[in-house]
Amino acid sequence: MTIFNFFKPSRSSAPVARDRLQILLQHERVSAGASDLIAKLREEILGVIARHVDIPADKVQVKMQRGDAVSTLEVEIELPNPIRQRRKEGAEAAA
Amino acid sequence: MSQVLVVTSGKGGVGKTTSTAAIGAALALSGQRVAVVDFDVGLRNLDLVMGAERRVVYDLINVVQGEAKLQQALIRDKRLDTLYVLPASQTRDKDALTEEGVTRVMEELRGHFDWVVCDSPAGIERGAMLAMRHADVAIVVTNPEVSSVRDSDRIIGMLDSKTVKAEKGEYMEKHLLLTRYDAARAERGQMLKVEDVLEILSIPLLGIIPESEAVLNASNVGCPVTLVDTDSAPARAYLDAARRLEGENIPMVVPAERRGFMSKLFGRRAA
Repeated sequence: MTIFNFFKPSRSSAPVARDRLQILLQHERVSAGASDLIAKLREEILGVIARHVDIPADKVQVKMQRGDAVSTLEVEIELPNPIRQRRKEGAEAAA
Repeated sequence: MSQVLVVTSGKGGVGKTTSTAAIGAALALSGQRVAVVDFDVGLRNLDLVMGAERRVVYDLINVVQGEAKLQQALIRDKRLDTLYVLPASQTRDKDALTEEGVTRVMEELRGHFDWVVCDSPAGIERGAMLAMRHADVAIVVTNPEVSSVRDSDRIIGMLDSKTVKAEKGEYMEKHLLLTRYDAARAERGQMLKVEDVLEILSIPLLGIIPESEAVLNASNVGCPVTLVDTDSAPARAYLDAARRLEGENIPMVVPAERRGFMSKLFGRRAA
């Protein structure tokens, strides 16, 4: 190997750097946009629930999993017991 | 009309302070009134690179906190009388920079200067955010190296979302300044090329500053490279970059050192 390296002393690493950056930044730009989206979704979901039930702000978790074909949005809402409804009507309390 | 320019990068050590000093001095050379402002609270260095370190009495924090007047804190450059330095505090905490205080100082600076050049600290924390907050135009300093390009991409995203201009829905003007560029290594495929970085970051190119001994020499003696070694390759590149900022259309070249026959023969270290 060393003798071949002597004849070809400088391997091109720059194209590798360019390709790695292009792939990485494509991903990071999407997720930077997504974190804004997730924050908005979380805020609005919390708003809707808080209209009906007493809920601490940290009990709504929103996560996004990005896949190649589809992405999934996971929403986890934890209601503290006993569930305290804000209004009398609307008997169905979510769990 | 007064312009606020932020020199930013995300990554540290890529040449923000060197570039702030060099471009600030280049703009002042044409007779414009220029203030270079150090936002790196706790790690100030612009005063040192400008050679004003022994004349610091008051600093940006004193002015922001109302403990000193702007005129008391501004240090006039010894070489150019239209160039001023506003140093950062070396001892105070960066939390002493309040949003309202910075807004007031920037407004006051706009009233006195044609160009207010803000030297951002590295990172994406409070100091960096406040440095870019009031900018009309941004220079993103990038080295042709993966971590620097990645951080620049992040900073570009912030310039487009966290500045006053962006929040008003206006377009934030951004320019790429590629520093420490080695054309020969890029040609051999050992370093990202100008075109690679431009393609990835997709903002217009303001200048290409070649890797050069002149840059370290300039900071050693505390003088912007555009004032001390005006014929060197980086100085010429910075002078061209400043003219492009002012709207002139100057062809983009990668400036090379003007070397004699012997140094060409024996390589770059020989001189």
